[in-house]
Amino acid sequence: MRALLLSSPAETHELGRRLGVALPPGACLALSGDLGAGKTALVRGIAEGLGVPSLIQSPTFVLVQIHEGGRLPLWHADLYRLGDASELDELGLDAMAPETVLAIEWASRFPELLPADRLEIRLEDAPRGRRAELSATGARHAALEGLDV
Amino acid sequence: MVVLGIESSCDETAAAVVGPDKVLSDVVHSQQIHADYGGVVPELAARAHVEKLGVVVRAALERASVQRPDAVVATAGPGLIGAVLTGLAWGKALALGWGVPFLGVNHLEGHLLSALLEEEPPTWPFLSLVVSGGHTTLYRCDALGSYVVLGQTVDDAAGEAFDKTARLMGLGYPGGPAIDRLAAQGDRAAVSLPRPDPGALDWSFSGLKTAVRNHVRSPERAADADVCASFQAAVVDCLLDRVVRASEQTGITSLAIAGGVAANSELRDRVSQLPWPTFIPPRARCTDNGAMIANAGRLHLLAGRLDPPDVGARPGWQVGV
Repeated sequence: MRALLLSSPAETHELGRRLGVALPPGACLALSGDLGAGKTALVRGIAEGLGVPSLIQSPTFVLVQIHEGGRLPLWHADLYRLGDASELDELGLDAMAPETVLAIEWASRFPELLPADRLEIRLEDAPRGRRAELSATGARHAALEGLDV
Repeated sequence: MVVLGIESSCDETAAAVVGPDKVLSDVVHSQQIHADYGGVVPELAARAHVEKLGVVVRAALERASVQRPDAVVATAGPGLIGAVLTGLAWGKALALGWGVPFLGVNHLEGHLLSALLEEEPPTWPFLSLVVSGGHTTLYRCDALGSYVVLGQTVDDAAGEAFDKTARLMGLGYPGGPAIDRLAAQGDRAAVSLPRPDPGALDWSFSGLKTAVRNHVRSPERAADADVCASFQAAVVDCLLDRVVRASEQTGITSLAIAGGVAANSELRDRVSQLPWPTFIPPRARCTDNGAMIANAGRLHLLAGRLDPPDVGARPGWQVGV
């Protein structure tokens, strides 16, 4: 586990950007944190790091937003509105190409449905800004914990 | 031309029949509709479109007294790929069976043209503000199929800001109507909230949500009605500020609104007070519905557009960019 202090939204964005540059194909990022913690801001940075040209808007209502045109495709999903685990099928994640980077907001609502090998990113309020915790749950994401930030 | 339209891009399963100058039927799936037209089904998953489509299509045709429409159209995107595919496949199969033309329709174009279903529709060009849980975009509509995005949210949609703010305040879901009701009794000047302006004609609502969060966690927390009124005024101020600036920049003084937030009382009031022709659909026509899809599809069919039988879903289909 790696803990970082983010003192501004710009630093949240920069953490995302560096992740986006370093992510391997097929990476899965499980994001959690309260409303306003900066999950979407982090994904905006990840998209920039991946070179995704399109605007990153919150996927809460549309559930999944697909972004092509970067170094790797980015699927930006949000489990906030899902009522139960069976609704996960409706997101169409089985149609994802294997190299796709999957960033899931509110991932902690259905941890049992997440891929076993993933990078968990928890964002919490801290006295001055946000605290980010990065923990890899498998070999594919282990190197990301040591990201140079 | 009488057209059956099918909508299944996200949460709602809907079908409608639209004929010359009028909506003949407009059905959104509900437990009641299911009981009336499909038998009793205790509980269906939120987006179980395949189990609802037969019911809403049958209801739409029966209520319109139409056995075979002249064409079938369905939402082809943007939306959830599985949800879109289900309605699209259903529509194509019906068109094939009936031997009538089929066309895939853009869900957002459905919204931004829904003002054309009004008795006195706008004339081109007009501005169209699509404002819902998933979208907040201002379009310049120059002609059928010719749209330009003038501004959009750079983070959360306005409807999402309503729902998440309601949740922060413990008001339940859906949050939009709850805030609307409480705000009617509140003082909109009670809580000082920001009017974020990311530049151009864009919106940003993420910081507003955070400002409400900080306020409700502070010892000076105002009464819920006052917080709601202040929040709602901030959102509507932001929405109208960009609309007015867009009008100044384009010279267009004609505005249509659509999307779930277009059902909000304060937005409806303040839009109706603009010194221009404004087009505010009835509330049921603001949220996702089949009539807007049938209408947009019908206009394109009349203009000569047609899709081949193997037309696919386009989950990321945008308009005006």
